[in-house]
Amino acid sequence: MTDSAKLIEVLGNVKDAIDANAEYLTDLDAAIGDSDHGINLARGFRKVAEDLPAMAGKDIGAILKKTGMDLVSTVGGSSGPLYGTAFMKAGASAAGKSEINTEDFLNMFSAAIGGVKMRGKSEEGEKTMLDAMGPALRAAEEAAAAGKSAKEMLEAAAEAAAEGAAFTKTIIATKGRAAYLGERSLGHVDPGAASFAVIMKTVAESY
Amino acid sequence: MVGLVLVSHIAKLAEGALELGLLMAPEVPAEAAGGTADGGPGTDYEKIAGAVERVSAKADGGVLVIADMGSSRMTAEMVLEDREGCQPEAVIADCPFVEGCVAAAVSAAAGEGLADVRRAAETALGRDCE
Repeated sequence: MTDSAKLIEVLGNVKDAIDANAEYLTDLDAAIGDSDHGINLARGFRKVAEDLPAMAGKDIGAILKKTGMDLVSTVGGSSGPLYGTAFMKAGASAAGKSEINTEDFLNMFSAAIGGVKMRGKSEEGEKTMLDAMGPALRAAEEAAAAGKSAKEMLEAAAEAAAEGAAFTKTIIATKGRAAYLGERSLGHVDPGAASFAVIMKTVAESY
Repeated sequence: MVGLVLVSHIAKLAEGALELGLLMAPEVPAEAAGGTADGGPGTDYEKIAGAVERVSAKADGGVLVIADMGSSRMTAEMVLEDREGCQPEAVIADCPFVEGCVAAAVSAAAGEGLADVRRAAETALGRDCE
């Protein structure tokens, strides 16, 4: 499905996409959070991108682990430990591999989501990034089971992530800073779900 | 003695809670680890890890970490997971930030062990007006 060189290219594209969407994500966060999601994530992925040249030739597990550690050490908000744990868990699932197939990808994605649930003590339906991640994984699994190509699988995941992010507009936050708003969080898209949709779309477009 | 590390999104909040806690127990080894590396609102992994290491060097009874919310707590948990197995032990308390700090400081100064200091923090709320 993909290799280390392609992963480095994709992560560079994710950095560009987060930069381009930083203001949009921060605006979402201004409505129901502390107005820093886009700024924080952009800072984190700039550090990731800085370290990418040194990752050439490393295996996929090592690249993802470094990505996660960079996010933990530079983001400064909740998305740091959450995305950081996601990338580190995906990396652990791909430890030592320089190429991955579809099955590996699904296992890595599942491990990443497990990491977010563990770190955030959260489940789907609480208006968090998990509401974009969970549907994306299920769409990817269905596409893979139906024998679709890797590109089609990633596109299905990206579409489901976008739908999941839009869905967060219709539910009340029960985790994270937005939970303090209760019903007043209705009508707003969760910034973490939105940033995951941006990442997933970028991955699909880069493939 | 058990030591304390206070983790908050806001540097002044961590320093202030600790200042209040240490009024009754100035001898307790403790550090505040609030804000990002540049002092803005947020959490910094290295700042927390550094504080835990420095306090643990002075606190033979272990370190109790008190964090306020969200990324403070999650990042503190990652720091503690990454040093798992190191001695002395460091654990996180699930407690109110200010009252927990005061209760933990008093308990630590009394020479209580890490489990008791954590329990003191976690049962701190409302104790002064019971």
